[in-house]
Amino acid sequence: MLRFAAGRLLQAIPVLLVVITATFLLVHSAPGGPFSAEKAVPAEVIKALEAQYQLDQPLWKQYVSYLGDIVNGNFGPSFKYPGRSVNELIAAGLPITAELGLYAMLIAVLIGISAGVFASLRPNTLQDYVPMSAAMLGICMPSFLLGPLLVLIFGIYLEWLPVSGWGDIPGDKILPSITLGAAYAAYIARLSRGQMLEVLSQDYIRTARAKGLPEPLIVVKHALRGGLIPVVAFLGPAFAGLLGGSFVVETIFQIPGLGRFYVQAAFNRDYTMILGMTIFFASLIILFNLLSDMLAIWLNPKLRHGSGAAKP
Amino acid sequence: MTEPLLSVQHLGVEFDTDEGVVRAVDELSFTVAAGETLGIVGESGCGKSVTALAIMRLLPQPMGSIAGGSIRFQGEDLAKLPVARMEKIRGARIGMVFQEPMTALNPVKTVGKQLIESLLLHTDLKVEQAIRRAIEMLDHVGIPSPDIRMGEYPHQLSGGMRQRVVIAMALICRPSLLIADEPTTALDVTIQAQILELIKALQQEMGMAVILITHDLGVIAETSDNVAVMYAGRMAESGTVYDIFDDPRHPYTQGLLASIPRLDHASKTRLTTIEGMVPGLLDLPKGCRFENRCSRRQARCATHAPVIETIAEKHKVSCFNPATQPPHDAAINT
Repeated sequence: MLRFAAGRLLQAIPVLLVVITATFLLVHSAPGGPFSAEKAVPAEVIKALEAQYQLDQPLWKQYVSYLGDIVNGNFGPSFKYPGRSVNELIAAGLPITAELGLYAMLIAVLIGISAGVFASLRPNTLQDYVPMSAAMLGICMPSFLLGPLLVLIFGIYLEWLPVSGWGDIPGDKILPSITLGAAYAAYIARLSRGQMLEVLSQDYIRTARAKGLPEPLIVVKHALRGGLIPVVAFLGPAFAGLLGGSFVVETIFQIPGLGRFYVQAAFNRDYTMILGMTIFFASLIILFNLLSDMLAIWLNPKLRHGSGAAKP
Repeated sequence: MTEPLLSVQHLGVEFDTDEGVVRAVDELSFTVAAGETLGIVGESGCGKSVTALAIMRLLPQPMGSIAGGSIRFQGEDLAKLPVARMEKIRGARIGMVFQEPMTALNPVKTVGKQLIESLLLHTDLKVEQAIRRAIEMLDHVGIPSPDIRMGEYPHQLSGGMRQRVVIAMALICRPSLLIADEPTTALDVTIQAQILELIKALQQEMGMAVILITHDLGVIAETSDNVAVMYAGRMAESGTVYDIFDDPRHPYTQGLLASIPRLDHASKTRLTTIEGMVPGLLDLPKGCRFENRCSRRQARCATHAPVIETIAEKHKVSCFNPATQPPHDAAINT
């Protein structure tokens, strides 16, 4: 297990290097720069600013010095928030985004798995069709549509919940969490239904029935674990996706999380901010993929004990 | 005469498929007395396994269902029992061993957990007592160092070991009937003999009855007291093992026996086969189901289905024109 983890972390280095290089070239080749503005700024001022942030250097020199900074864990200063470093900005936004992601994940897992298992117990009946149709809808509905729709219904017509904000008014965390988690809940529901159906048709489920186990016990004790291993393996990428995908939801609900910084950084050509956020998210995705893969391995005794050749 | 342990009468099993309703088992009757072994033989798709699943009420849902007949077991009709009652019988009073030991065990649970499960369910034993019983049982079915095996997962055992575990699981509550559905088909020939020996020894020791389902006539001759020969969902012939092997009357039984390869024949002779194909269950002939392949067919065989008739004490045949003499080749040990 430790060797597996170490190997995967080593593999992550070239992946990150490609991400950094590609992003670096992309942001620098985008038209405009951090200091181009609508109103005319004197050329000397821009020159002075570019010199201050070393933007007057040749591109390869900027790249090399940036890599050096990253190795030291320093993402550099933000171009648009003078006096604040990218590290500080990420540290400020991360707790909010992480909290939002966590709630969304809880919703996705709880609703997704229970709906999927529920549907799998009576395939091709109403008990299957209703949650699966809802899941299909959830997968198809983008968060920029679902969010405003929920706001309209629960915030404006029914006036049950606040329409925006984060942690200011009680209950204002509910709608953003649902908006962010819905698509993942839908995906997990479909995934766990499929896996449960697969497992429930296995011979060892028939063996369990032949022992006289009642159906609910069969589902809980024999089917759930095998059926949920692929779902667990999906959780890592899902959580990374939630964090990364939160920028739409954060924009809709005016939440001061990481996602909003990311969007603004792209608009502002805030080179260091874009790069820093991209590297940060890429590392998170790699890390969460690794964690969920390790969990899935641990749940599967065949993989946990290595190749496990049969003994005579 | 006391009531037999299991008495299946006029059993019918139907499957609701996309192409229509299929009657996989029709008008099937047989009995099993306490302590005896009934061998059910027939080719793939003749309804042997479906019969076993019907007795256990484990027909694939929602397609399969019992359509008529009764399954009397220890004074109750299993065909009509509510599910909750049936769950008390499965695993406790009827044990079942399946064909495929590789997939019959749950890969993510230890052997021990799977073994004690039915004990905890059907008896009042505490966990520690159940564990002790399970270790004894593993030892009993010939698994070395059973206490270590308890903590292992199925993939750590070989095929023969796994089938021993499956047998231990089926027998751990000391059922009065064991249904073994092709218990040795997936195993090596050497292991096959060991497993059959094991089932026989345990049967004598525990005094339970066994229904052994197989397509291997050698296995039947080796183990069974009585034999039922099935063809296309119906009983072709049944009787004691001597009736069937020494005095087969149904042309199908005779064909089966004649197609066993024999060592005393010249080495280049072709194996005897039964010409033709089993009729599809979706469009069964109106008359006898064996009619299209039968060497003794008559005009009425195509239009009327024969009813099973008793010709000797236990010997029953379903044929309008049964053989009177055993064919020269079919008799065993001539």
